[in-house]
Amino acid sequence: MIEFSHVSKRYPTGHDALRDVNFSLGRGELAFLTGHSGAGKSTLLRLIMLMERPSSGTIQVAGQTLTQLKSAEIPFHRRRIGVVFQNHQLLFDRSVFDNIALPLHISGYHLDDIGKRVRAALDKVGLLSKEKLNPVTLSTGEQQRIGIARAIVNRPQLILADEPTGNLDPELSAEIMRLFMEFNHHGTTVLIASHDLALINQMDCRVLTLNQGRMTQHG
Amino acid sequence: MANERDIQRPRGAVRQEAKATAAAATAPRGAARHQVTLKAKSQSWWRHNLLTAKEALSRLLQTPLPTLMTLAVLAIALTLPGIMYLALKNINALSQQWQGGPRVSLYLQASLPDDEAQRFSQELLLRQDLQAVELISKAQGLYDFKKASGLGDIFDYIQGNPLPAVVVLQPVDQTAEAMTRLQEEFSALPEVAEVVLDIEWVKRLAAFVEVANRIVVVLGGLLALAVLLVVGNTIRLIIENRRDEILVAKLVGATDAWIRRPFLYTGFWFGVLGGLMAVLLIGFSLVLITEPVNQLIGLYQSGFVLQGLSPDEVVILLASGLLLGLMGARLAVGQHLQEIEPR
Ligand SMILES: Nc1ncnc2c1ncn2[C@@H]1O[C@H](COP(=O)(O)OP(=O)(O)O)[C@@H](O)[C@H]1O
Ligand SMILES: [Mg+2]
Repeated sequence: MIEFSHVSKRYPTGHDALRDVNFSLGRGELAFLTGHSGAGKSTLLRLIMLMERPSSGTIQVAGQTLTQLKSAEIPFHRRRIGVVFQNHQLLFDRSVFDNIALPLHISGYHLDDIGKRVRAALDKVGLLSKEKLNPVTLSTGEQQRIGIARAIVNRPQLILADEPTGNLDPELSAEIMRLFMEFNHHGTTVLIASHDLALINQMDCRVLTLNQGRMTQHG
Repeated sequence: MANERDIQRPRGAVRQEAKATAAAATAPRGAARHQVTLKAKSQSWWRHNLLTAKEALSRLLQTPLPTLMTLAVLAIALTLPGIMYLALKNINALSQQWQGGPRVSLYLQASLPDDEAQRFSQELLLRQDLQAVELISKAQGLYDFKKASGLGDIFDYIQGNPLPAVVVLQPVDQTAEAMTRLQEEFSALPEVAEVVLDIEWVKRLAAFVEVANRIVVVLGGLLALAVLLVVGNTIRLIIENRRDEILVAKLVGATDAWIRRPFLYTGFWFGVLGGLMAVLLIGFSLVLITEPVNQLIGLYQSGFVLQGLSPDEVVILLASGLLLGLMGARLAVGQHLQEIEPR
């Protein structure tokens, strides 16, 4: 599903965020991406989303070589991926329902279809009763789940999450992780960046470790 | 009915994919999605455009005061050239009514008796190079003068009629040269005291109208630029306000066209509504000046009617507003959307 070969990323500042990274993640797999802060976890996820381009090396996602994609094809690439990024959270000018419906509107779904899919996604994260509320009225944990519902509403082949449990207490964190495991059991490939080692060790899953931009463990 | 079923069929196919089992969920999905027919796609495109247009309008109406102020600026910027254009149009119409074309006036000798003047003008009627010949006898001239000047009483104290008879000619060839030739020819006749060519003020009016035309074009251009900038700047602010939404939309796979569209529709509405307001403002201004203009015209005993915008001109004004709104939006969007990229 994801294949990195000899991927390096140097930011314009001259900082090498990733150095010669090689790994592959098969279809239907779930893996954690871990490492200290600044190790390059977010950079790796951004490369997969084509929010950044690698300085060298090739990345393949779902059989497609990303370096060959033209900018006009990037949106269609992103539609196949569900993302939970901490800094791109919910929009507070609209209801929970409309937040989750956004990817569907963008992909051109029919209105009736949108309603069904949004409710199915809300049901999966256990927040069906909150669809009409403004997300600002929800707790942090609930907001994170709404973000996850938005990521899965398009039924993506791949889910990427960047520190999805960043500011949640251990109990809520475990609950969020169980959600990802469940999507994975239904066949979705999942890659979760997290530095919460205690939680990762509980999960007994494949772990990819980055250390100053180098991948020191591929699980 | 048949139409509806066509659209629903591909949707059904997509929906089934949702029920697919875990094992099948990954592989055939791409194929299922591509079964959406072209027709359904274009239907969805239209639906999305209609929805976006409606939403852009309702967003504008959600902030009525700022919207109204922007619209007022746009309307005034469109009204000014509109009113100047109307003024020119009316001046043109007025000058045409007063003056069918350039004329030559022959002032006859004051000593020439009325019957001789009559015979003289009848001879001129036979000439092929004259379109029209009109004799204004001494008595007619006096009557006209009294009526137009309001100085009738003065003549009661003057013995006899001091005014000469005048023959007004309209030549077939109205070029300045031909008229000058006629002037020379008639000056030589013993019955004629003086020949006055009526082309000077026609030339002057034409020159004035030309200058005024240019001014309208230049000012119109400047004000069009103002409309562009106002729309562009307003939309820049709207884009800035919706930054988060744009970032999220790009992240979940929105195309550039999809992101541009609501802002283009905002520009469209600014243009159309600003244009409509300009049409209303022009109409209102006309109502305000019709009364005094009619009084003024009444003094000159002319059947002139003040002209407003024709339906064609209303359409042109609305179309210019629409176009300027869209262009302003396009400029703002082209400049600012590229800068907003998820990081
Ligand atoms: N846009 C950027 N420009 C320059 N340097 C960056 C940029 N983004 C991240 N970095 C640097 O790259 C390194 C890796 O960052 P990041 O991928 O965010 O690490 P992590 O997510 O593991 O904490 C850090 O040292 C960070 O300062
Ligand atoms: Mg990070």
